[in-house]
Amino acid sequence: MSEIGLMLLRMAVWLGLAPLLPGLINKVKAAVAGRRGPPVLQLYYDLARLWRKGVVLSTLASPGFVFGPAVAWLAVVAAAALLPLGPLGAVAGFRGDVVLMIYLLALARFATAWSAMETGSAFEGMGAAREVSFAVLAEAAVIAGVLALCVQSGRLTLADMLGESAGPGAALLGAGLFVVLLAENCRVPFDDPNTHLELTMVHEVMVLDHSGPLLAAVLHGAAVKLLFFAVLLVQAVLPMGHWPAGTALAALAGGVLLVTVGVGLVEALLARVAFRRVPLLLTSAWVLCVFALLVAWKGGGR
Amino acid sequence: MNARSEFLPLSNGGAVVWPEVPVRPIESLVEHTAAALGTGARLCAWFGVPEGGGVSVVAVLAYDAEGRLGVARSAPVRGGYPALTPRQTQAHLFERELGEQHGLEPRGHPWLKPVRRARNGAPLHGEFFRVAGAEVHEVAVGPVHAGIIEPGHFRFQCAGEEVLHLEIALGYQHRGIEEALPGGPHRATAAQMETVAGDTTVGHATAYAMVMEGLAGVEAPLRAQWLRALALELERLANHTGDLGALANDVAFLPTSAACGRIRGDFLNLTALICGNRFGRRLVRPGGCAFDLEPDRAQRLLTGVARAMDDLEHAAAWFWDSATVRARFESVGAVSDREARELGLVGPAARACGLVRDVRYDHPAGWHRLAQVPVAVWPGGDVLARARVRWLEIQRAVEFLREQVPAGPEGPLLEPPPPPAGERLAVALVEGWRGEICHVAVTDAAGRFRRYKIVDPSFHNWTGLALALRGTAISDFPVCNKSFNLSYCGADL
Repeated sequence: MSEIGLMLLRMAVWLGLAPLLPGLINKVKAAVAGRRGPPVLQLYYDLARLWRKGVVLSTLASPGFVFGPAVAWLAVVAAAALLPLGPLGAVAGFRGDVVLMIYLLALARFATAWSAMETGSAFEGMGAAREVSFAVLAEAAVIAGVLALCVQSGRLTLADMLGESAGPGAALLGAGLFVVLLAENCRVPFDDPNTHLELTMVHEVMVLDHSGPLLAAVLHGAAVKLLFFAVLLVQAVLPMGHWPAGTALAALAGGVLLVTVGVGLVEALLARVAFRRVPLLLTSAWVLCVFALLVAWKGGGR
Repeated sequence: MNARSEFLPLSNGGAVVWPEVPVRPIESLVEHTAAALGTGARLCAWFGVPEGGGVSVVAVLAYDAEGRLGVARSAPVRGGYPALTPRQTQAHLFERELGEQHGLEPRGHPWLKPVRRARNGAPLHGEFFRVAGAEVHEVAVGPVHAGIIEPGHFRFQCAGEEVLHLEIALGYQHRGIEEALPGGPHRATAAQMETVAGDTTVGHATAYAMVMEGLAGVEAPLRAQWLRALALELERLANHTGDLGALANDVAFLPTSAACGRIRGDFLNLTALICGNRFGRRLVRPGGCAFDLEPDRAQRLLTGVARAMDDLEHAAAWFWDSATVRARFESVGAVSDREARELGLVGPAARACGLVRDVRYDHPAGWHRLAQVPVAVWPGGDVLARARVRWLEIQRAVEFLREQVPAGPEGPLLEPPPPPAGERLAVALVEGWRGEICHVAVTDAAGRFRRYKIVDPSFHNWTGLALALRGTAISDFPVCNKSFNLSYCGADL
C-alpha cells in the first residue's frame, strides 16, 4: 500500500472507528442491567443528526464558544495522529513527539474549559473548575506513566517506546493507565456520562450549551479520546513491536475491545465516588505509575 | 398540662362543634401554642378562617404520646399579630402562608415572604437570602429542570463545592385547590383531592373521605377501612421502591436502578388490579370504597406482592452490599434529631432522624386501630438513614399485606354518608408514604365548607431538605433531594 493510502487508513481508523466504543460500553451496561440497550451504532446516528442541525448561540458568548470545541477536537485528533496503531504505525512521529502528545491533550482540555466559561453559566463554571482540578492529578499520572515507558525502552519516540516491552512494571502501569482512562474520559466512578443532573456533572456540564455540529465535534472528540487512551493502554502493556504484524493487530483490536468491556463493567457495577474522594483515587493512579517508573528505572530499563 | 386545657381535644377523624372550639385573643393563642409545642406537642396546621371582617387563626396540634389532637382558635384578627415563629420554628411556613392567604402580618417573623405566589400571577419570591463574600458564588437551579420532574427553584449560596445555604422557592404548581373548596363539597371535589399530589392519591383521598365522614358523624364500613389500608400500603410500596431506584440512579449504580424502575411498575399494577387505575384513582370515596377486592383477586394480589418482593429483595441486596453505594450515602445530607424536632419533620424524613413519629401508630384511625404497623426508625438523619427507613417500611408493608389481605371483614363496602353537619370542624390525619397528611374542614351553618385546609407532608419537610444541604457538597444535592423526595404540587396546592 502506498504511504498516502496507509496514512488515510490510519486516520480512517481513528475517526471512523472511535464512535463504536461508547456504543459498546452502553451495550455492556444494558446487558448487565438486563436491558436491550441502544444500538451499538447509536453514536453514529447521533453525530449524523447533530451535524444536520443548527446551532444556538448565546448572545453573551464570544467567538471562543465556537472555537473551543473546534480546537479541542483538532487537538485530540492531532494527539491521536501521533499515537501508533500497532503495526499500522502512526500518522506522524518524530523524536520527542511524546511531549507534544501530552501538551495536545492539555490544549484540548483548555479549549473545552474556555468555551464552557464563555456562557457565564454557574453550572458550566463549576464543571470547568472540577475538570481542571481533577486534570492536575490525572496529568501527573499520565506523565509518570509515559516516563516509565521512556526509561524502560530508552526511546523518546512514541512508536519505538510503545513497541518495546513495558518490563516487569507492566501490570502497575496498566492499572494506573486504566484509572487515568476512566478519569480522562469522564466515566464512572469519576463522572456519570448518563446523568441528567447538572450539579453532579464534570465533563457533560461543560458542554451543556453546545448544540448541533459543535456538540457533534464534542461527542466525536470524546470518542476519539476514549479510543486514544484504550490504544495507549494496550500498547503500553503489550510488547507488540516484537510480534508479527497480524498477531499484533489482532492483539491490539482484542485489547481495545477488552478495555471497552472493562469500562462498561465498571460502569455497570460501581457507584460513582463522591467528588471529595476523586483526588484519592487519582493519586492512587499516579502512585501506580510512579512505581512502574521506579521498577523500570531500577530493574532492567535501558 | 396547663396548656392542654386551652385546646379542645379530639381524636383523628373526629369532629367538634365550631362554636365550642376555645376562642382566645391572638396573643394568648400564640402564647399557649408556643407553650404546648415546647412541651411535646406538634403543629399539624395553623391557618386562617375569614370571620366577621377579620381572620380567625386556627391551631391544630397533635399530642403524639397521648394519641390526641387539640384545636383552638383566635378571636378575629385584623392587621397583624406577634408571630409564633421566633419561638417555634415549625410554624414558619404556616405563618408565611397565613400572611399570603389572608394578609395578616406575623410581626417579628424572621423571613416573611410569599410561599406560593404574589397577589396575581406567577410566583413572586422577593429577595433571596444571600451570603456576602468574594469567595461566595450563587447557583440558581430550576424551575425548569433537566429531568422529567416538577418545577421548583433552588438558590444555593456556595463556597467552592460546599453549600453554605439553600433557599427553596416553590409555587409554580399552584392550582388554587384550597380556594376552590369553600362552598363545597362540589361534585368534582373527590376527584380534585386525588390530584393534590398525584403520587399520594390514596393518602389524600382517604384523608378527604375521613373528613367527610367525620363531618357527617358516621364511619366508613369496616370492609372499606380494610381496603383503604391495603391501598395505602401498596402506594407506599410503589413509591418507596421507586425512591430506592432513584437513589441508586443518582450515584450511577445501574443494577438496582434498572430493577427498581420495573418493580415499582409491578406494585402500581397491583393497585390497578383493585380499582383499574395504577394510582388508585376513584378507589376511595366518602363513605367507603368504590371497588371491592373479591377473594380470587385478593389471592392474585398476594401472589403479585410476593413475586415483586422477591425481585426487590435481590435488587436491594445489590444496593446494600455495595461498598461504593454506602460510601456515597453515609454522613451525606445529615439532619440532627434536634433540628428534625424543631422543624416538625414528618414521615420517613423524621423517622430517619430517630424520631418515633407515625400517624398509623400515634393516631390510629380506620383499619389501623385493628392492625398495627411497627414504626420503622433509623438513627443518623443522613441519606443512608432515609434509604434504610424506606427499605424497612417496604418490608413491613409487605408483611402487613401478607397478614391483612386474607383477614378482610365481610360486609358492605360503600354507604354514602349523610350531608355534613353545620358549624363543625373535622380533622383527619393519614400517614401517606411521605408522612403525615392533614386535612381540616370547617363548615358553615348549612353544612357547606367555609374553609378547607390541606397540609401535605412536603409542607413540613421542604425546610428539612434545605437544612440537610448546609455544609454538604453541591454535587450531593440530587441524592439528598431524592432521599427526601418531596412533592412540589403537594406543597403548592
